[in-house]
Amino acid sequence: MTDTEPDDEYAQRDDEEEVSFFGITFPNDGTMLLVLLLATYALYLIAGAVIGFPVRGLVNQLGQLTFWIALFAMSALALNLQWGYTGLFNIGIVGFMATGVYVTAIISKPVYGTGTSAAQVGGLGLPLSVGILGGVLAAGLLGFLAALPALRLRADYLAIVTIALSEIVRFALLSNTLSEGTVGGYTLGLGGGNGLILDFTDPLEALIRALSLPFDLVTGQEGFLWTEIYIGIIVNGISVFTPGNPKSVVDTFAYAAVLLLVLGGFYVLLRRTGNSPFGRVLKAIREDEDVTNALGKNTNQFKIKSFVVGCALMGLIGILWFGTQGSVTPNTFRPRITFYIWIALIIGGAGSNTGSVMGGAIFAAFLFQGPRYAKNVIETVLGEPSAPSSFSQAVAPILSADIVPFFLYTVDNMRQLQLVLMGVVLIVLMHRRPDGLLGHRKEIASSVPLDRPTGNKSLASDGGETDE
Amino acid sequence: MSEATGESRSEPAHVGDDEELTATRGTADVNEIPLRVRNLRKTFGGITAVDNAGFEVERGTMTGLIGPNGAGKSTTFNCITGVHTPDSGVVEFNGTDITGLEPYEVANRGLVRTFQIARELSEMTVLENMLVAPKNQRGEKLWRSVLAREDVNQQEYELVERAWETLDFFDIDHLAEEYAGNLSGGQRKLLELARALLTDPDMLLLDEPFAGVNPTLEERLLEHIHDLRDQGYTFLIVEHDMDLIMQNCSKVIVMHQGNILTEGTPDQVRNNEQVIEAYLGGEV
Repeated sequence: MTDTEPDDEYAQRDDEEEVSFFGITFPNDGTMLLVLLLATYALYLIAGAVIGFPVRGLVNQLGQLTFWIALFAMSALALNLQWGYTGLFNIGIVGFMATGVYVTAIISKPVYGTGTSAAQVGGLGLPLSVGILGGVLAAGLLGFLAALPALRLRADYLAIVTIALSEIVRFALLSNTLSEGTVGGYTLGLGGGNGLILDFTDPLEALIRALSLPFDLVTGQEGFLWTEIYIGIIVNGISVFTPGNPKSVVDTFAYAAVLLLVLGGFYVLLRRTGNSPFGRVLKAIREDEDVTNALGKNTNQFKIKSFVVGCALMGLIGILWFGTQGSVTPNTFRPRITFYIWIALIIGGAGSNTGSVMGGAIFAAFLFQGPRYAKNVIETVLGEPSAPSSFSQAVAPILSADIVPFFLYTVDNMRQLQLVLMGVVLIVLMHRRPDGLLGHRKEIASSVPLDRPTGNKSLASDGGETDE
Repeated sequence: MSEATGESRSEPAHVGDDEELTATRGTADVNEIPLRVRNLRKTFGGITAVDNAGFEVERGTMTGLIGPNGAGKSTTFNCITGVHTPDSGVVEFNGTDITGLEPYEVANRGLVRTFQIARELSEMTVLENMLVAPKNQRGEKLWRSVLAREDVNQQEYELVERAWETLDFFDIDHLAEEYAGNLSGGQRKLLELARALLTDPDMLLLDEPFAGVNPTLEERLLEHIHDLRDQGYTFLIVEHDMDLIMQNCSKVIVMHQGNILTEGTPDQVRNNEQVIEAYLGGEV
């Protein structure tokens, strides 16, 4: 995760300062994040190893964990730009994600009749890079359209507009009318309730093949990195350890690594955005828009920029998230995903980019993936026991002091209980730490340190530094 | 008391008994008159808050705008600064028509306001508050903030230095790294004035700057304002406290029921029967 640290040149003062988290002091943000992640992985490994989880399953779990950590951290970062910095209440995140991945699909799916799934509507058959760009732009454009009328009204109206918009997007995707049609000789469509099969090149393969271009020139072999290095050396090398279908394991890991790199890019981008005069105006708008306007800032323009950039990033996240799943269906994009991301941001602390990454990681590891992992682990330990199928069957034995059925029932319903757990965490957090883990600290919006220039009267160690 | 002069610009509500002032207005020198308001009218539903108000503010002076509650001072203020769009009338600043511009456009032309209740950006430090203000910051362009940090940083260092100097001037430099929300009421007033100054204004509109300020701080604020006026800044101050305005402003404009009742030097205004009537309800 060292890639998430900004260059030294742009290091902020709060990077250099010690940070403390649950009573443990770290030299800087990067170390804190790294330690947090390592601890999380160690916990997963130990939990798996202690009870003898099969190696392959364990490795897969870690790859997936990384996938979720990166995705939720990115999402929280994008939302932090809108809510943490600018105070824009976007509860339609999932609509922008859906827009991103669907537009990418339309642009990059093979032309009708040529793909692997002939029955499905086709696409424009353009390269995936064009598709991704198109998806990101489309999400940004949708954000622009939502923002234009809503930002002129009071803040809560934006919330209403965004959540309505995300549902409009979902219903548009479900619509029969839009499911198939011919546009300019292409058979295109949104697929309706059946969704779309994402039969474009796998994003990971597309990326490696793109990176391979300089090597291809040297070796004269098309897709050298992909066929020779990735499949030839890495995947075959791994097959020594896990003979059965090693590619899927390697794919999971490689894709998770790519997502971590993208997360690093997000972090640097949003940190620079935040720690700059631009970010300062955004914060000022969050605090008091009238005052910011009276100081000569075109607040509407700043708000629209911040919102559009955030939405475009959400579109990209949508592509990275759902683009590898083989297919998408409209009902994946329910508001639930939006609220997951809000929880991640609230845990980390709105207003802090480092906090957003931490919130995303903690949410992914302990609230999203954690309970499922725990369910897996427990069921493996107990040798796949059969749980009672109804609540009454689970509760009745408690009267005779037998809590095993209840316990099994609980484990069996982990996915449902997950939401309860998230709710409890939110309530506790609101009560004990409303600012989130890092929301309380001073992250100065400036591209340079704000110390008094030397030569003036010395800066006494005053100021109080009351961090609350 | 003389009656309305009814000059070239048809200001029926305008009452002036100062020959010199009238003469200045006649020559209409933009260099001397940064702010000119003519025939301003603003209604809210059936209520006419400002009715045909007109006045001028001379450069490098402190002009007071007084009047009883509901006289239309704040509405006039808001019409000048772009918060409200007047129904009719013209606001000219430095020779250009600024009627109906957005508040940020007005501010960018050098006419900057403060608020009646100090409105600090509370979850930002005092220094951050200050640094929001300067105009035309390179880093306010998103792409520059992300890609051209060297450019941005260079200007940021200059701005930081200026911010510290201004905080020094107002004696609140010891609070620089404090959250603005932790400041006392008086410190907030100082911060607000200091912040407005960093926008490089020509003229400052202060909305009741002394409301809820203790006498010691009032003294300090006044001292600062006088210093700044000596440096060439122009002030238009809306204030309740008549004595304060009378003692400190060179010209006083009195509003009553949306009209300009009279304007003149403090002495002239003090002895104006209409003013006394307006303030004391007709019983002199």
